[in-house]
Parts: sequence; C-alpha cells; structure tokens
Amino acid sequence: MTAVLEVSDIKKRFGGIHAVDGVSFEVREGEILGIIGPNGCGKSTLFNCILGQLQPSEGEVKLDGRVTTGMRPCDINKLGVSRTFQLLQIFPKLSVRENLILAAQEHKGTMMSRLFGPRDAGLNGAADQMIAFFKLTHLADELAGGLSYGQQKLLDAAMAFMAGPRLVLLDEPAGGVNLTMLGNLRDRLKAFNEERGATFVVIEHNMDFVMSLCTRVLVLAEGKVLAEGLPAEVRANPAVIEAYLGH
Amino acid sequence: MSEAARTRLNYAGVAIALAFLILAPLEFHRYGIYILSQWAVMTIAAIGLNLTLGYAGQVSLAQGAFVGIGAYCAAILTTQGWPLIAAIALALVLCFVIGWLLGYPALRVQHHYLAFVTLAFSTLAFLVFRNESWLTNGTEGIDGVPRPTVLGLSTTPHLYYYYFCLFMLALVTLATLGLVRSPWGRAFIALRENPLRALSLGVDTRRYILMAFAIGSALGGLAGALYAPLVGLVEPPAFTLTLSLNLLMMVIVGGSGYFLGPFLGGLVAVLLPEWLRVVDNYYLILYALLVMGLLIYSPTGLIGIVDRFLVDRRTRAASAARAAASASIERP
Amino acid sequence: MANFVALLIAGLATGALYALVAVGFTLLWQTSQTINFAQGEFVMLPAFFMLAAMHAGLPFWAAILVGLALSVAILGFAFKRLLVDPMLRHGVLPLAIATMALSTFLKESVKTFYSAEASPFPSIAPDAYLHLFGLSVSWQNIVVLGVAIAAVVALQFLLQRTRTGRQMQAAAQNPTVARILGVPVERMILYTFLINGALVALASLLISPIYLAKFSNGDTLGLAAFIAAIVGGFNQIRGAIVGGLLLGIVDNLSAAYISTQYRGAIPLCLLIVIILFRPNGLLGRAEERTV
Repeated sequence: MTAVLEVSDIKKRFGGIHAVDGVSFEVREGEILGIIGPNGCGKSTLFNCILGQLQPSEGEVKLDGRVTTGMRPCDINKLGVSRTFQLLQIFPKLSVRENLILAAQEHKGTMMSRLFGPRDAGLNGAADQMIAFFKLTHLADELAGGLSYGQQKLLDAAMAFMAGPRLVLLDEPAGGVNLTMLGNLRDRLKAFNEERGATFVVIEHNMDFVMSLCTRVLVLAEGKVLAEGLPAEVRANPAVIEAYLGH
Repeated sequence: MSEAARTRLNYAGVAIALAFLILAPLEFHRYGIYILSQWAVMTIAAIGLNLTLGYAGQVSLAQGAFVGIGAYCAAILTTQGWPLIAAIALALVLCFVIGWLLGYPALRVQHHYLAFVTLAFSTLAFLVFRNESWLTNGTEGIDGVPRPTVLGLSTTPHLYYYYFCLFMLALVTLATLGLVRSPWGRAFIALRENPLRALSLGVDTRRYILMAFAIGSALGGLAGALYAPLVGLVEPPAFTLTLSLNLLMMVIVGGSGYFLGPFLGGLVAVLLPEWLRVVDNYYLILYALLVMGLLIYSPTGLIGIVDRFLVDRRTRAASAARAAASASIERP
Repeated sequence: MANFVALLIAGLATGALYALVAVGFTLLWQTSQTINFAQGEFVMLPAFFMLAAMHAGLPFWAAILVGLALSVAILGFAFKRLLVDPMLRHGVLPLAIATMALSTFLKESVKTFYSAEASPFPSIAPDAYLHLFGLSVSWQNIVVLGVAIAAVVALQFLLQRTRTGRQMQAAAQNPTVARILGVPVERMILYTFLINGALVALASLLISPIYLAKFSNGDTLGLAAFIAAIVGGFNQIRGAIVGGLLLGIVDNLSAAYISTQYRGAIPLCLLIVIILFRPNGLLGRAEERTV
C-alpha cells in the first residue's frame, strides 16, 4: 500500500504557544485513520496546516509524493483532498442539490465553461446519486438551512465526497449528532471506504465511533504524537489512558 | 403553489412589467419619459452593484465613480465624432479593468475597510474628473453629447432614446440572469455566505472576487455611457460619493442579493422623488422618512416584503398539509 | 518653524474635534454594529437646538444645557428606540442606509424649517490670540483642544474605572457572555447612544462658532469621523482618538503646504496605505476567526 498523505515534522506556533509541535505520520491508500486526543491537543490546527488554511511554521506535507505546503486551500482541494469542519459549514441559502453541485463544480472544466456551460455544470446526475447515497432524496430541493442538524451534518459530509476525492479529512463528524443519525453516518462512511476506496482521516471525540470505524488510530497530546496503532492496541495503551484520565 | 404555477406567475409578471415599460411612455410627458430613461440607466448600474455586493458580498462605495468613467468615455468619444457603440465598448473594457484592479484591496481587507478603500477611489475619480481639464474640460464639463443613431433612426426624441435604454436594460437583464444562474452565480453566493468553506471546496475565491468587482464595475461603466447622451451634459458634480451612496441605497432598498432588487430600488431612488414633488419643498424630507419607514418595516428591502408574503403562504400551506396528514393518521 | 508649530496646533484642534465625533461613532459600532452615516448631521443639529433655545429667551449657558438635554434625548434615546432597535438584527447595511436617509431628513428639515443660511453662533472662547514663546495661538484652538481632551479623558475614566463603564465594555466585547454574567446589556447599549448624544452636542458647541451653524455642516464632519474611526481600527476608542488627531493634522498640513488640486486626496491616499499595510487599523488587533 502506498502513502496518500505524508506529514513530516509539522510545527505550528501561535506566539509562544506550540499548538502542533513536530507531528509526523502517513496515511495509506484505503485506510481510515482516526486522530484522537484531549481538547486543545492541536488536532484541528494540524488539519488546517495540512489543508493550507494555515501555514505551518515548520515541516512539510506531501500528497502522493508531491509537496503541497504553501499551496492555497482551493488548489489542494483540486488535487483531491477534501474536508469537513468541526462546526457545520453548509450554505443555508442554497438548496441541498445546489450545495452538492457547488462542492464539485470547480473541479470540472474552466472558468469559461462554468460561465457559458450548463447551469448544473453537468453535475445534476452526480448530485442526485450523492443525495440518494446519503438518503436525502426527499429533501433534494429544500434550502439547506431548513434541514435538521443531523441532516445538515450528512449534507456537510456529502459535500466533501462530491468531487470524488482521494482523501477526505473529517473534523468531528459525529459531534452533536444523535444516535440513529450516528449509525447512519458511520454506515455511509464505511460504504464509501469499501465501495469507492476513499481514504479517510477522522478527528473524533466519540470513542465508540472511532473504534468501530477506524482501521488505525493516532493519539495526539500537547501537539505531539503520543501513540499510534490498531484501535484495540491504542485503547489498551497505558500512556493514552493516562493522557485522557489524568493522574 | 406548485413549481409550474410559480413559473407561470413569473412569466405573467414579466409580461405585464414589459408591456407597461413599452406602452406607458406613450402617455407620458417629455419629462416623464426622461425620468423613466434615467430609471433604466441607473438600474443597469445598480444591477452591477448588486452583483458585487448582493451576490458576491463585496462592499463597494465606488459604483458612482464607474458611472462617471463610463459617462466621460461616451462624452469624450462621441463629441469627437465616434459612434456611441465604440464609447460603450471602451467604457465596458476600461471599467472592467479598473474594477478588476480595485478588487485587489478586497483580497486584503474586508467590510468597512473595503468600504473605505472604495470610498477613497470614488473621491479620487471625482478629483480627476474635475482637475484633468485637458481630458474632461474640468468644472465646466462636456456639453452637447449627441444622441446616437440606431438602425438609421435618430434617438434625439426622448421616446426613442428611452426605447434604446430599455433595450440595453433588457440585454443586461438577460446576461446577468444567465450569470447568476450559472455556476459563477453559485460561486458568488458561496463567497458571500462562507468564503472559508468555499475555498475548501476548490472555489478560487480570489479569482471570483476580482471577477465580481470587474463585472459589476463594467455594468456601472455601461450605465454611464448611456447616461451621457441621455443628459447631454457631463460634469463632475454628478459623480460624487453621493451617486455611489444612492446606488448603494437602490440595491439595499430594493433587496440586496435578489435579482429583481435593483429594478425596484431604482423605482424608489429615481421615480419616488419625482412623484413626491407635489409636496414641493418638503419632498426630500418626506422621501427620507419613507425610506426609513420602509427599511424599518422590511430591512431586506422591497423584495423582502414580497418574499415574506410568499414564505408565509407556503408555511401556512405546509402546516395545513401536515395537519391534514396527522388527522388522517389519527383517524384509522 | 513657528508657523509649522502653529499649524500643528490648529491641526490638533481640528483633530481633537474629529476624534470627539469619531469616538461616538466607534462606540455605536462597538456595542450595536451601527454605522451611523448621520453622525455629521448629529453634530450639526445641537447647535440649532441651542440657537432655538436662545431665541426663546434663554441665556447662552442655559441654552447649552437645553441643547445637551435635547441632543441626548433625541439623537441618543429616540434614535436608538425608533431606528436602530427595529433593524439591529438585520445586518449592518440596511441600518447604514437608513442612517443615510436620516442624515438627509435632518439636513433638509433644518434647511426647510429653520434656515438655509449660515447663522452666527456664540463662542465659549475669547476671540483673541495667546502669545507664547514667539507663537501666537488662537484661544479658539486652545479651548477646543482643552474641552475635547477633557471630554475624552472623562469618557476613558468612565469606561475604565467605573463599574458601569466596565459593564459597557463587557457588553461591547461579548454580549452573550456579558448577559450570562448578569450585565444588563440592553441598558449598556442604550448608555452608549446617550453618551454619543452628549459627545455630538459638545462637538457642535465647539465647532459651530468656527464654521457658523449651517444645515450642511455635517457633510464633511461625518465623513471625517468615519475615516478617523477606520484608520484607528474601527473597534476601539483609543484608535478613534489617534485616527481623529492624525486626520486633523494631515488635513491642516496638506492644506497649508500642498497647493495642487489633488490636496483633498492626500489624506485619503495616506490612509489607504495605512489600511493596506495594517489591515486592522493603526492600533487594531486582528480578529481571529476560528476554523
């Protein structure tokens, strides 16, 4: 298995605070890597550094062997890396379908074809498939702002998959989602992983969710990698237990 | 109301409005036709600003300056014997380029800072109009801007020039409608609602911001190029910050981010003051009161009132349907 | 050199006036996201309250008090209740446009119902020059500077040292948390509007003897306040003071030393440079957005 994403020795300082302090790991094709760790251990900052939303103070990110540090988020996204945010980030004034078309329209054609070409940029079919896949068909033409929180969370995830990404970074996908919806979301993610071979990195606090979804888990604490391994190994690791439970 | 019924209603509305715009002037005085032409011209400028501000969310206090640039393009070229169409082309290109450049500060600063940068540009443009006499004839302005000849017909009579302006407005309307419904329109809205998320979905926000400024400004330039032959005299005081603020008011009062907003805003900004002239000296006072009253009643503008009415109806219909559904469940 | 210092002092006096108006402007923005395009007219109007009171036979000092009271009541309380409150939840721009309409309303009302001509206004400063170290500085400038500084210091004292002032700051910085902590946020917001009403009355009292009381006085002043507030960072009072002083000095110096027709653009260009290189204003802090 080849590495899709290689992160080497990423550091990010805010003033005197080392939010991320030398993190290295790689993500292999087809795996679901979970990243866990106590609040404030630098998980989200790490994501932002990988995706170009923040410039790392030091270190390098490689995507399929190509250095992406310093690239803009929209260009990194076009290389096939998409993400969700910790807080819901959908476009409430666009319909569900429009949200999904938006999520993929910039990956096809040129500025000109987007101006003079079809309104849906040829993505209506793909959007409908995605809507069906996430079981939102009855809501396709509703404004996204009118959906329930759980449904919006599904839409948020669906948007990350619209452009057929090689790698998806999910920041707390399960946060605030009720149990039924949670099972639904996990099934969808697993199905994506198995059917389309999509690779995931998932930040999550919900341990059950991580343990049942991820194939490998990385534990961060105070901006550093504390442990890494199979879910069962990590759960049994005394250092991890201490980081979580304190002394 | 079903989707098909709404579409039919839309078509009916457009047909009625169009019939009115074509037929009404036949009954108007010269001055009435002149004012209606002014409405058509300023609506074009407001459509441009609505693209930049309403759709893409970039505040601009410079639209009046672009109207000025367009007006001077037309005045200078047509008094030298060039046809108006050449002046329109130049105004479009020039304002597109300047608008593009003015978009660059927007990449660094946002909101009130952007408002300030565009405000400063507006002031600067006014000073250029006033001071560069070799080009603009300074404070005296350029008089005697000729009306064009269209299809072999002179548009010197107000009515003919009005139809010419109306035709241009129709063209702009169709082009803009195409734009906001294309993937570009979607990207503009994404830019306004959540630039961070848009960026993470591959939307090149930088390019779209610049395009929003460039296209909006180009429409301002077009409006200016049509304004010059309409009024005949192009002088600096017409293009102060006041015009920019007026255009901003047109967009907000009409309904920012709604396609029809600028058309209605134009009615309020251009026609309402004229109608109020019956109260003589008090018309500006009354006008200001009406604008404040309208915004207090509906901060989302005139379209907001219509929208609220439609949403109310739909919600009521939906809750009626829900009630009916639950009633049928309870009664096995 | 002496000339330069005199100009500097005149610039400081103008700047202090701008600062006074900009501070009020900034206060409204901080607590309620109100961009008050009528701020200039707010400064124009109290002079007419005072003139009207004098016409009614009151002595000057009583007229000042009446003007101050009316200003606080109308430009502070009524403005907030009638115009700002109904529109507060609907974003910045509609309210900004409504204040533009308000500025037209105030201007035209004064023009129609009082006078379109400039009216002389009594000064609280003696019409003389102070000679000191070879400089001659008008008492007018000294009084303007003194009163403006006193007002700003008093305001700072109120905001920093009193319980109410700290509550107002809390309400401005984070209304949600302030509310949880038991700060009466609504009342604090109202206070800032009342303070603004008092500040513009003061500015009106200082400026009207210089420019005469005229309905169109607000045009330049409102813009100056807006620019000063932006240069200072828009969300802090110290910034508005620095921005106002800077603008006043640049205005006066460029008026004296630069005689091209582009003089009016120089402060603007300078300020643009400042903004582009310090996008949060001179003293502003970056508002970080969490991802």
